[in-house]
Amino acid sequence: MTNPTVHPAAPSEDPAKTAEFEARIARGESIEPKDWMPERYRKQLIRMMSQHAHSEIVGMLPEGNWITRAPSLRRKMSLIAKVQDEAGHGLYIYCGTETLGVSRQDLIQALLNGTAKYSSIFNYPTLTWADIGCIGWFVDGAAIVNQTMLAKASYGPYARAMVRICKEENFHKRQGYEIVTTLAQGTPEQRAMAQDAVNRWWWPSLMMFGPPDTASSNSEELIKWGVKKKSNDELRQRFVNLTVGQAKAIDLTLPDPALSYDEKTENWAFGPIDWDEFWRVVKGDGPCNRERLAARNDAHDAGAWVRVAAAAHAAKQQALSSEAA
Amino acid sequence: MAESHETSVTNGQTPGDSQWPLWEVFLQPPKGEAHEHAGSVHAVSAEQALQNARDVYARRGEAVSIWVVPSASITASTPEDMGPFFDPGNDKPYRHPQFYKVPRGVRVF
Repeated sequence: MTNPTVHPAAPSEDPAKTAEFEARIARGESIEPKDWMPERYRKQLIRMMSQHAHSEIVGMLPEGNWITRAPSLRRKMSLIAKVQDEAGHGLYIYCGTETLGVSRQDLIQALLNGTAKYSSIFNYPTLTWADIGCIGWFVDGAAIVNQTMLAKASYGPYARAMVRICKEENFHKRQGYEIVTTLAQGTPEQRAMAQDAVNRWWWPSLMMFGPPDTASSNSEELIKWGVKKKSNDELRQRFVNLTVGQAKAIDLTLPDPALSYDEKTENWAFGPIDWDEFWRVVKGDGPCNRERLAARNDAHDAGAWVRVAAAAHAAKQQALSSEAA
Repeated sequence: MAESHETSVTNGQTPGDSQWPLWEVFLQPPKGEAHEHAGSVHAVSAEQALQNARDVYARRGEAVSIWVVPSASITASTPEDMGPFFDPGNDKPYRHPQFYKVPRGVRVF
């Protein structure tokens, strides 16, 4: 009997084992932490899940920025609750990632020293209150499309974390859309602010789905192994289809003159994405990459006293109870 | 905020930081269902594990009761055991209601 969360060393890859593993995936079985898995499957999942977890944590920063400036108590409560949720989501996924045999400490270190990637969308600044609305509407909206698919991923702990997250994510999108709607139906200045935020957040949100299928080196393997069920382009199209009507309903224009409905495919065709911008931001040269990393490191350092105090408190309680015994 | 006694180290690791033990979290939803595994938390003590579990897994009243168990305390069957360990139960159809024939038209429950 072994500790359920520590994986034994994988034997050198055996083609028969790989074939059986792929048969399990084809049967729709869930792969669990102690099951045999190809080393590459493990590595891909650690990469994907840790990037996802880091994204949740870093995502708290652009929104946390506006908590003290939310325009009403209702907005402030909602935003605090949303940011708390993002922390929780990060923690669910870190825990899921650890089942693959990597330590929390290593994951955090990789984020703090800049070697780990996270979703580039969070490297953009939140310049106005309308940005907070757009984040909920577009960014969480895109996340919902992605996470709904991942809820059926072949790796059990990831899929289960996604199910939990999907339940909570819906309020995030509605909160965002409600903010943008309120502004769009407000004063001319508020409308302009909403439109400006839409103009800045639309294209980066489309980039959240990753490079186009033709340029996505990881997708084929991830789909073969049941981690992803749909391609980047399919999910991106789904998000566009869902969102166009939402923008029209509040009379805001999506900044894409090429948007047009195709009767045959029932899809909203859209214009070209600036993939140069995407790669620049992924490689660390976005508007806020350095600021985000600095903020995370500051938070880690400034929070050290909490970790020290917690350990000291527990040690003290332990000593008191063994004295009493 | 109290001043930290630890100096900031460039790799982000505070001297004295160590990875806290792992605990598995089980939540009991309202309406009398059984505790169900929800995930895990790191915590330095049982009390902290309960608080962390509540903050991470129960923000929306999902739980009326929470259990936290050190992961190291859990004994589990392994995938390799699967065959022989569970085998005796797999080929006894007479443990299932469908095995038994009843006259047509008769309601048994």
